[in-house]
Amino acid sequence: MTATDEREVGAARRRKEDARLITGRTRWTDNLTVPGLLHMAILRSPFASARIVSVDTSAALSRPNVVAAFSGADVADVQGSLPCAWPVTEDIVHPDRPPLAVDVIRHHGEAVAVVVARDRASAMDALEAIEVDYEPLTPVLDLEEALAEGSTLVHPDKGTNLSYTWVFDSAAAGTGADVGAVDAEVVLERRYVQQRLIPAFMEPRSVIVDPGAGDYTIWSSTQIPHILRVFYALLTGTPEHKIRVIAPDVGGGFGGKLHVTPEELITFMAARRIGRPVKYTETRSETMLAGHHGRDMIQDVRLTARRDGTVTGISVKLIANMGAYLGLVGPGTPILGAFMYNGIYKFAAYRFECTGVFTNTTLTDPYRGAGRPEATYLIERVMDELAVELGLDPIEVRRRNWIKKEEFPFTTVAGLVYDSGDYDAATDKALALLGYDELRKEQELRRASGDPVQLGIGTSTYTEMCGLAPSRILGALRYAAGGWETASVRVLPTGKVEVVTGVSPHGQGHETAWSQIVADELGVAFDDVEVLHGDTRTSHKGLDTYGSRSLAVGGIALVEACRKVRDKARTVAAHMLECSPDDLEFTGGAFRVRGTPDAAKTVADAAFAVFAAHDLPDGIEPTLDADATFDPETFSFPHGTHLCAVEVDTQTGHVAIRKYVAVDDVGKVINPTIVEGQVHGGVAQGIAQALHEEAVYDESGTLVTGSFVEYTPPAAADLPDIVTDRTETPATTHPLGVKGVGEAGTIASTPAVVNAIVDALRPYGVRDVPMPCTPERVWRAIRAVGTETEGGRS
Amino acid sequence: MSSTAKITVTVDGDQYIDTVEARTLLVHYLRETIGKVGTVIGCDTSNCGSCTVLMSTADEPARSVKSCSVLAVQADGATVTTVEGLAAPDGSLHPVQRAFHEMHGLQCGYCTPGMIMSAIDLLRENPDPTDEEIRDGLSGNLCRCTGYQNIVRAVRAAAGEEVAP
Ligand code: FES
Ligand code: FES
Repeated sequence: MTATDEREVGAARRRKEDARLITGRTRWTDNLTVPGLLHMAILRSPFASARIVSVDTSAALSRPNVVAAFSGADVADVQGSLPCAWPVTEDIVHPDRPPLAVDVIRHHGEAVAVVVARDRASAMDALEAIEVDYEPLTPVLDLEEALAEGSTLVHPDKGTNLSYTWVFDSAAAGTGADVGAVDAEVVLERRYVQQRLIPAFMEPRSVIVDPGAGDYTIWSSTQIPHILRVFYALLTGTPEHKIRVIAPDVGGGFGGKLHVTPEELITFMAARRIGRPVKYTETRSETMLAGHHGRDMIQDVRLTARRDGTVTGISVKLIANMGAYLGLVGPGTPILGAFMYNGIYKFAAYRFECTGVFTNTTLTDPYRGAGRPEATYLIERVMDELAVELGLDPIEVRRRNWIKKEEFPFTTVAGLVYDSGDYDAATDKALALLGYDELRKEQELRRASGDPVQLGIGTSTYTEMCGLAPSRILGALRYAAGGWETASVRVLPTGKVEVVTGVSPHGQGHETAWSQIVADELGVAFDDVEVLHGDTRTSHKGLDTYGSRSLAVGGIALVEACRKVRDKARTVAAHMLECSPDDLEFTGGAFRVRGTPDAAKTVADAAFAVFAAHDLPDGIEPTLDADATFDPETFSFPHGTHLCAVEVDTQTGHVAIRKYVAVDDVGKVINPTIVEGQVHGGVAQGIAQALHEEAVYDESGTLVTGSFVEYTPPAAADLPDIVTDRTETPATTHPLGVKGVGEAGTIASTPAVVNAIVDALRPYGVRDVPMPCTPERVWRAIRAVGTETEGGRS
Repeated sequence: MSSTAKITVTVDGDQYIDTVEARTLLVHYLRETIGKVGTVIGCDTSNCGSCTVLMSTADEPARSVKSCSVLAVQADGATVTTVEGLAAPDGSLHPVQRAFHEMHGLQCGYCTPGMIMSAIDLLRENPDPTDEEIRDGLSGNLCRCTGYQNIVRAVRAAAGEEVAP
């Protein structure tokens, strides 16, 4: 029996998952097949808004290898409506969302009809034989026009394009003052636009539905197999226990696979109609067109402050684009940001208002950070504006407002209790790593000499709420589900350990991190732990992976399950050692009799004794396993300071990131390599929003960025190396001390980059560049200010 | 019905003789006809590099190609190496595979097969690349998870080792 003595938690373990991923022995959904499998292809609308006059699938049916073809009209009475699990207000306007359009098209790419064939190519070929007669209508695309009186309506039967208005007011909530009643020696009003983004996970979505004999097995490239199973039951009338959902290897998600998709439902209907297993794998163009999008909101902010730099209040008004329908959690996504617009600061007053609006576009739903990047962007941009207004260093103006280490736990003006943090420590470390003072000097020199390449430094001192989420709070916010998480730990007779987790990883390395935790908790070897996930038959309960929740919630459940197992093993070990459980200490991977450390039994010894069951203490069942479910009482609040130095060529508008420093405090760290990787990837996606990406519709409502040719996630040459470091302020609200890291980089980095660009251009009078800050936009921003000055406007 | 052709291809050391449709892409042939699903598809515009394999014809050395931009019939007579053919028969990993593991050069792993194949080709052409040359050399391969930093580290770590497939 080997019991490890080294602490696994905190070790830079290489990942277990890699073995299959680097050798191509991967179980992506599209790699899987089952006997009799058929293949489905989907015909999608070329229009953003149209009436469907008729759909004729008969010619497609006669194409070679075609087994079935049907349209929305053929399934209108059975297909139901896709769910929105987060109707944020009581009177929210919540239109039906049929998986296949029946009479009306409401966005480019909406599914119209399908072909099912013996092979993929035949199914795709036969799509062209489907005849659809559309009557094109004028789409509504602009957010403010959609809200205007007399606007064309996306859902005429609803009489409005306004879905909901959700308000938080610190005066009404009793968490702060009235924004109108605080000192306002300085007032700043700004508008920022969060452009529409596409999650662009690398594995296109794929689903297989095997109808069995009424007992369905479904493989899907999803982040949420458990939630999906519940909705399959609710939407199809299939008893829940007759549905097994499996998320096999899943190639990225970033919120983009946090959905119950039309395609999942359509594939189900096809398999049920035909009585054979059906697979659907989307093309990349379909992902771009019909997988949900993220961000897309207009943000108006009014910030009040005293001349000494103390911010007194902040008012935020959002207009959030829902797209044509409400997504699974689309209305709630901006609301996740509602508690974060005050950032790490001590403001006296806060008001937030979000209006959700329908347009003839693909719907929006979570994308990495989901509401919190938007909030962080706004507050960190406007703090820089305040610094300029007051002639203060941007770090200094932040320092004057942020919560001090000794002030935790701190109840914010948004009503959240931040348990811990050390903003000074993270910031000081970041400043030193960047070489802030030297860069400021260089900036002075370049400004003085009129260097065409200007230097800018951007700051982002962020926090975020992770660990979604306390079920009671979710209930109060009208979210349909809870936020708990679960784990089962079972020790096999030979001392190997199987762990079942309710979270559903898709690149995060949970198999590795979970093994590290179990190894320490039970004194077993890292390699002796197997982590099972993503199959509702082995893992029948769980709430899956999103919102940086897996470790911060699921990890706690895991620790608690391990401790239950260890307690039972202690009882058995004491019996074997003929002592009282109280005489044992668990050290070096074994229970040892205090004072006689050679008298020892491991968890594995106990497991075999339990298996044999020849001589167990009275009342002990012959198993060594335990379940635990953890429902957090509060969120966790990682924080950090990201600094970005850019060089902006004022003649071409080209932006080059010269140095990027990320100092993050994610609490206690289980695996620093994985944490660093999450920061790298997160920062890359945030930089991508700042500099590269935007989903664009033309005036007809056609998505013109419908492939990787036009929508270009950054390649290796487009991104810098980033310098990472950490401070470690453990969470105080649970036994693991972790805070979550999945979204931090994305949340922090976008404002750091844009602040740097604007900082570089301050001498030119520029105070904003709309994202993405492409060379053309930077160049135009410089030129626009120049023109205004020439024209005598201020 | 579209025209068909008979092709002979060696993939990961095994010879295959198949009749394929003229329009069949090499990546579909690999995945659907001979079951080499380690090579994956990430786009439909030849932009992502997920499908990258090494291919050599009689007189040419092995080059990385995007197998979604090659027809199966063009591979007639060729030797193709996919990510599944890199490890030694005893299972020991190719140095580039090992480096990706050691340097945490992957998260979800979807881009990884293509990334590894491109890296092998890059190192064959330039056995001691700078970081910048690595970044440029991998510009045809997209990764959404890693931000590329650890991929660059991995390629650098593998540089200097024997990287022939
Ligand atoms: S699948 Fe994207 S380049 Fe081949
Ligand atoms: S590791 Fe996920 S796309 Fe590269």
